[in-house]
Amino acid sequence: MSRPAAVATKEKDVNSKLHYTLVYMRQHWQLYLLFMMPALVLTIIFRYIPMGGVMIAFTDYNPFRGIFGSEWVGFKHFSRFLSSPDFLSYLTNTLKLSVYGLLWGFPAPILLAFLLNRILSSSIKQKIQLVLYMPNFISVIVLCGIVRIMLAPTGMINMLLGTDWNLMTMPQAFRTIYIASGIWQGAGWGSIIYTAALSNASKELKEAAVIDGANIIQQIQVVEWPAIKDTVMIQFIMQVGNIMSVGFEKAYALQTDLNMDASEIISTYVYKKGLIDGDYGFSTAVGLFNTVINVILLISMNALAKKVNDGKGIY
Amino acid sequence: MEATKTKKKSEFARQPAGDKVLLVICYAILGLFMVAIIVPMIYIILASFVDPITLQNQGLTFDFSKWTLTAYQRVMENEQIWVGFGNALLYSVTSTVLSVVITLLAAYPMSRADFKGKGLYNLIFMITMFFGGGLIPTYLLINNLHMMDTIWAIIVPPAFSVWNMIVARTYYQGIPRDLEEAAEIDGANEMTYFFQILLPVCTPIIATIAMWCFVGMWNSYFDAMIYLNSASKQPLQLVLRSILIQSQPEPGMVSDMQSVAERARLAELLKYSTIIISSLPLLIMYPFFQRYFGGGLMAGAVKG
Repeated sequence: MSRPAAVATKEKDVNSKLHYTLVYMRQHWQLYLLFMMPALVLTIIFRYIPMGGVMIAFTDYNPFRGIFGSEWVGFKHFSRFLSSPDFLSYLTNTLKLSVYGLLWGFPAPILLAFLLNRILSSSIKQKIQLVLYMPNFISVIVLCGIVRIMLAPTGMINMLLGTDWNLMTMPQAFRTIYIASGIWQGAGWGSIIYTAALSNASKELKEAAVIDGANIIQQIQVVEWPAIKDTVMIQFIMQVGNIMSVGFEKAYALQTDLNMDASEIISTYVYKKGLIDGDYGFSTAVGLFNTVINVILLISMNALAKKVNDGKGIY
Repeated sequence: MEATKTKKKSEFARQPAGDKVLLVICYAILGLFMVAIIVPMIYIILASFVDPITLQNQGLTFDFSKWTLTAYQRVMENEQIWVGFGNALLYSVTSTVLSVVITLLAAYPMSRADFKGKGLYNLIFMITMFFGGGLIPTYLLINNLHMMDTIWAIIVPPAFSVWNMIVARTYYQGIPRDLEEAAEIDGANEMTYFFQILLPVCTPIIATIAMWCFVGMWNSYFDAMIYLNSASKQPLQLVLRSILIQSQPEPGMVSDMQSVAERARLAELLKYSTIIISSLPLLIMYPFFQRYFGGGLMAGAVKG
């Protein structure tokens, strides 16, 4: 007797829950149709349909026959990529570029924020910030144009070093160029978030430390580092999670025929194989390989962030 | 002026001796970084005025008789640069408006505690931050939608940014609930509340997101490179790419030169003025953007 009754109330609960939701949706229909609809439609068309399109990676894609008309080849493209001699070179180029980029590029904005925090006059500090942030607004193309001018055999860098190297053609120089120009352009802008965190450091604590005779090093240890520690952690974890997504635009704009040994990374390879050679299936497979590694990295880094950040992930 | 000077002096003088040394080191490193940023910029500006042949042979010179505006003339007389400017402006403005509207709208329900279906929407959006179809599937989709070689291929696909939505949502959530309750008591529905009460107090974050969209679109070239074929549709960055990266200036700029070598040299030297002309608009707007630099960064840094 009691069991059917329980099921019935449960059913009733579910029904009433559904009922409430429907009533809510009818009352607030604008939220669904006007506010959410454009974003949802765009996401489904331009994000989810291409996700289904990764099936191309398992076919010998023929544009005239479509995905389902093309021949299904399983993991052929993947094994072709993984067994090709170029695979290791592209993978290490990608990893080296981003890992070294992280090692050099990550501390730079933090250092800048600490240095800025030592400027005693706030009006001078603002002027310095204006200069530091400026390179961020230069486009990738113009940045690479400037880099090429500066590094030309008769350019400024060679003049300063007293050499006549053609640095843009030297594979061993590519990563240094890429990373140094990245710091040149981005370190100032990247310091904003740390400067903001530093300005949240307790003023009283700092004053007390100064009265107690703490020197700069001690102030950093006791007051400033604790204030930005969490931000540093989160930023670091986020950037590690993005290690496989090195930007295409800059690497491609800094490539020359002669520095390819270091500058060909997975994203530029995907572009050339796919859109220049028209090898759609293979290119999609390489891209998918990259994405899968990236997803694994992101998920594990997000889990790590949860541990560090009191149970809150980044995403 | 005098007063502030002495005050600054005393502030530095009040530091203990050991700290003074450290401070000087700090200022020196900061100074070096500033110099590294400014020197290339000044070099390009100066070089753009120097007569091409002189620059090639002797480098920078301050003998003003060797200065000329020829390079500027050649670049500015070229139509393709202006076409590029026009297109870049068109794409950046339309894409900013579209993106800001869609992103701000979607952020509102997502910011409401009572919004039913929030979890599902959240899941749908978050997955796109981890996983994507990649280059070829997206390219084929744009092709199948017949958006190839149209403005739509550039501005529609990136029109909704999950990241910016999170930033806006976090900002909305920081607005006191009292405002919404007061509006409800006064009989305002959510439309009135959103457009007439919430949006006006959110101008800082709207400006920040608009700035990100505009600068991002103005400076990117990849989508335009793969989706646009017609010369008449190319945005500025693509025109710049052929001049600065591929060293292939628009034919009109160098065609009066007789020898291949002369053309190549001129192509090299047009780069300076091209960089200046193309960077001017953003650099002029730059100080106006400045107020919005910090906005939203912190909001985006923590999970909303």
